[in-house]
Amino acid sequence: MNIVVLVKQVPDSGAERELRSDDQTIDRSSANNVLNEMDEYAVEEALKLQEALGGEVTVLTMGPEQAGEAIRKALQMGPDKAVHVLDGALHGSCAVATSKVLAAALRTLNPDLVLAGAESTDGRVQVMPHMIAERLGIAALTGARKLTVDGGTLTVERQTEEGYEVVTAATPAIVSVWDTINEPRYPSLKGIMAAKKKPVQTLSLADLGISPDEVGFAGSTSTVVESTKRPPRQAGTKVTDSGDGGVQLVEFLATERFV
Amino acid sequence: MQLTEELEALRASVRDFAREVVAPVIAGHYEQHTFPYEIVRQMGKMGLFGLPFPEEYGGMGGDYLALGVALEELARVDSSVAITLEAAVSLGAMPIYRYGTAEQKQRWLPALVSGEALAGFGLTEPGFGSDAGGTQTRAVLDGDEWVINGSKAFITNSGTDITSLVTVTALTGPDEISAIVVPSGTPGFEVGPGYSKVGWCASDTHPLHLDDVRVPAANLLGQRGRGFAQFLHTLDEGRIAIAALATGLAQGCVDESVAYAKERRAFGRAIGDFQAISFKLADMRTRAHTARLAWHDAAARLVAGQDFKQYAAMAKLHASEIAVTNAREATQIHGGYGFMNEYPVARFWRDAKVLEIGEGTSEIQRMVIARDMGL
Repeated sequence: MNIVVLVKQVPDSGAERELRSDDQTIDRSSANNVLNEMDEYAVEEALKLQEALGGEVTVLTMGPEQAGEAIRKALQMGPDKAVHVLDGALHGSCAVATSKVLAAALRTLNPDLVLAGAESTDGRVQVMPHMIAERLGIAALTGARKLTVDGGTLTVERQTEEGYEVVTAATPAIVSVWDTINEPRYPSLKGIMAAKKKPVQTLSLADLGISPDEVGFAGSTSTVVESTKRPPRQAGTKVTDSGDGGVQLVEFLATERFV
Repeated sequence: MQLTEELEALRASVRDFAREVVAPVIAGHYEQHTFPYEIVRQMGKMGLFGLPFPEEYGGMGGDYLALGVALEELARVDSSVAITLEAAVSLGAMPIYRYGTAEQKQRWLPALVSGEALAGFGLTEPGFGSDAGGTQTRAVLDGDEWVINGSKAFITNSGTDITSLVTVTALTGPDEISAIVVPSGTPGFEVGPGYSKVGWCASDTHPLHLDDVRVPAANLLGQRGRGFAQFLHTLDEGRIAIAALATGLAQGCVDESVAYAKERRAFGRAIGDFQAISFKLADMRTRAHTARLAWHDAAARLVAGQDFKQYAAMAKLHASEIAVTNAREATQIHGGYGFMNEYPVARFWRDAKVLEIGEGTSEIQRMVIARDMGL
């Protein structure tokens, strides 16, 4: 099975994150950049399928030069090779423009299965798998907590707030996964050494036949105009019980829509 | 000395593992004195038990620098897990790898290297520790079997559910010490109840009794009569690993204490604002740093095939003593909380002392260093 895993470098969600004051894009110099956490689960799922079914696992990312670090981290876990779409004109691309680029890169790789994390910890829009599926004309099985492959049929337990749905599709398809699906492996020394020798192909927009004005700030359908820092955490409400403590608690819960 | 990019990547991988897998559950194991099988299984999966062994036995093809990096990062969070790895690799599997026949290696190593099995190293006896040449355990050849009688004390990894063997040293003649592999479950090989220890409470340590234990003559490990020289070399290497582990504990004391000093307030400000605390922390960090440099240097000499014995002794002596000092300072900075077992620094304080004792006491290290100066 030919599997491509979409990965993304994001600012560490545990550190303070900022937008650049000049163009409102993520300030990648202000935070530690890491492989998006949910992507590690997608890589793990791909490796488990490869161990069971054979085939090849390729990691695909779009991002600036330093996104190569996320590729290396992913390759240390075990995939065979990587493709890095790298082009100065991509800076400022929105989700729609990004999906155009990733779909074009996926066409060159011709996968049976595309795996992705259900969301990235920076944008958190969760739409990339759907957009890519639409562009490639393949099925999107999103939010998986379990994936099984039987020949050319994929079956996914799709996690919902109430429980799960079972959905199936024929390959090729794209599946996005939550962190309930597996336990990602920690890179071993052997994996770390092997990753150094794995091929990383760099593709430009010209290689993909995409014009610079279709992506970046020029080709994006949405732009961040301004941003405001998250307000500091407010002090909590203190309920003093003078006989009506219970009522006050329930009123609070009702106001906050917890009950 | 700068580590390679690959070793830094290994450090990051083990650091993540220690924080995400070890830290959340280890206090419970420590309190209950239970062996963390699930953590050990996952350490095996990520190849930690195979770090310094070649790929033909399922190893990672690394060396003692790689092992030390992993031990340091584990010990920053917990020493029980770190000593389990250290003893399994340096004392359990390494003698089999160094001195075993092709057959012995094929039989025992793959499971040890993958962490599916653990091996112990039975050197110390109830009456003989530093004076290890005084071994009283005896092995007599009877036909094609060794018959072994004696007792061993404080043997790490000797009584877990996955322990496959213990290599014991025994007198095989007058002034002749040899090493013999005793598989777990051999009749007459009795593993006593686990000790109640001051520290390393989630690691496995037992007394062993050998009562007419019969093993095949082919279980002799290395040359007959070379047992003493073999374990001296084994311990020399192991000292680098213990120095790395001690460095990790010393660094863990810095990590915890810096975080606490920034948060804890007294007299209207964070206690880290007082020089009484910040100077302590500066000294603690400096100690951890110098201990790291010392073990890096000893490991680099070992890897380069140079004389390393005296440097391993200096690294072990220094790292273990500064680990005790840092643990004492860390608990002092934490005040009353530092005396509560639920705080990592309390565990560090309990775990630090044995570093000055195990795998060669501080006194033995000083003897090794002094002898190297012709004294």
